[in-house]
Amino acid sequence: MAAESEATGGAPFLDGVAARLERIGRTVASGVAECGFAAALFAESLYWLLMGRRRRQPVRVPTVFEEMMQVGVRAVPIVTVLSFTVGVMLAIQGIYTLRLFGAESRVTIGIALSVTREFAPLITGILVAGRSGSALAARLGTMSISQEIDALRVMGINPVRFLVAPSLVAMVVMVPALTFWSDLVALAGAGLYVSLDLGITLTAYGERLLEVVKVDDLMHGLGKSVIFAALIALVGVVNGAGVTGGAEGVGRATTRSVVQAITAIVITDMLFVFVVTRG
Amino acid sequence: MGAPVDSAAPPVIEVEDLVTHYGTRRILDGVSLNVREGEVLVIMGGSGSGKSTLLRYLLALERPTSGHVRILGTDVNRASAAELTELRKRIGVAFQGGALFSSMTVGENIMLPLREHTTLDAKTMQIMARLKLEVVDLAGFEHLMPAELSGGMIKRAALARAVVMDPKLLFCDEPSAGLDPVVAAALDQLILRLRDALGMTVVVVTHELDSAFKIANRIVVLDGGRILTEGTVDEVRASPNERVQNLLNRKLEAAELDPDAYLQRLTRDSARP
Repeated sequence: MAAESEATGGAPFLDGVAARLERIGRTVASGVAECGFAAALFAESLYWLLMGRRRRQPVRVPTVFEEMMQVGVRAVPIVTVLSFTVGVMLAIQGIYTLRLFGAESRVTIGIALSVTREFAPLITGILVAGRSGSALAARLGTMSISQEIDALRVMGINPVRFLVAPSLVAMVVMVPALTFWSDLVALAGAGLYVSLDLGITLTAYGERLLEVVKVDDLMHGLGKSVIFAALIALVGVVNGAGVTGGAEGVGRATTRSVVQAITAIVITDMLFVFVVTRG
Repeated sequence: MGAPVDSAAPPVIEVEDLVTHYGTRRILDGVSLNVREGEVLVIMGGSGSGKSTLLRYLLALERPTSGHVRILGTDVNRASAAELTELRKRIGVAFQGGALFSSMTVGENIMLPLREHTTLDAKTMQIMARLKLEVVDLAGFEHLMPAELSGGMIKRAALARAVVMDPKLLFCDEPSAGLDPVVAAALDQLILRLRDALGMTVVVVTHELDSAFKIANRIVVLDGGRILTEGTVDEVRASPNERVQNLLNRKLEAAELDPDAYLQRLTRDSARP
């Protein structure tokens, strides 16, 4: 590509354009390459999960549990705090908005649907991206600059099987689980505020919830969260594996993985909603 | 010095006309060498000579532009993933920085190849790991984390991990770099002791002259991606090649004296590659 910019000759303006085009081209090309790498990692992880035992190189269950502990169980307190807060916030906003029409008693349906379909998966996804996606990128980045990945390979231990597959499984199991927990806590938080503000009993609120929330709504949120989970894991691994340039590189990769994972989550969310809701 | 080497035995490593690139830059330029069973081969060279690169290709961590690398009879670039895994169970590698897994204890590090490749029970694996720790004088350190070890201890632990599967072939990357002379000498002795005890073939990559002369049966001197000279310790010492002698006597290469090229380098527009 360097040769092409050479061809534009001496004109500085054209040079500038060419250089900019080249930069855009390179960025796009490396972006596509990263997506391809992520897809390959995903496929290889699936392969090891399905075939590992037959090839006598299984994905270790204790490692998966350890990851689940880290990704899921240790995230419960912070998910609880955030979900409760978001629930209360939604109740306040909902009541404020509906009061304009004098329809504040209908607030439950708004809360119920926005929590189960949108807020719980999104909040959980963003939280796990910041907490565990970044940790994954940092861990793999550190391992790759200290030759630990090379060491695994020369020992005949496939790094995808050993490192990527357990993290992927842990994410895909724990993020929906956390999302479900987030559903419960956010709805409880909202219910508490609603009952205080509007004087509805918690029992009535609960009954109303069971009336309006369909299994479809729950599945919509949980289904999305599975995709978010895979995205977080893959973005973390791709960024971690690509680390060059020592400790500073690890820091860059960590930041990049959080930003990319959150971006991917929000965009995927929109696409998912578009496809599922209109289809 | 060292044990006599049977030159009729088939080579353990055969490298044939290896050419490699990093981006568009050529790093190795037609390297060919053989390593015979039971010998200690030292690959020597200054920084940027391509010796670390050569090691990565010997370990099949990268794919060459052209040429062949055969390890224990397997062409590493044509082997299937399963064949490569089988091959890798028979080789051990001690990396320069140790490359111990920082999230595991020393003992877990050393047991890892056993855990992944054998069906031994936990107790047996522990005993085997302790055996190797004894050999490298790290008995009793198995519960420490790698971060709690000194530089020399990390290298010894890495050696223990490299030989825990009783490999046929051991690679050591800069075993004595960054250590004080006494510890470095002890490590050289350890490599020889392991070779004798386990009947391994050893390939050592280093830039340390003392260490190279002490442990080598044969030395290959790399420079600028090519093999400069190859032979026994005495042959290399007596080499008439000026660059070899410069390397041995730690003399700087004569600086290039071309005023035009110098001026051009200084004034060239650096914005464009």
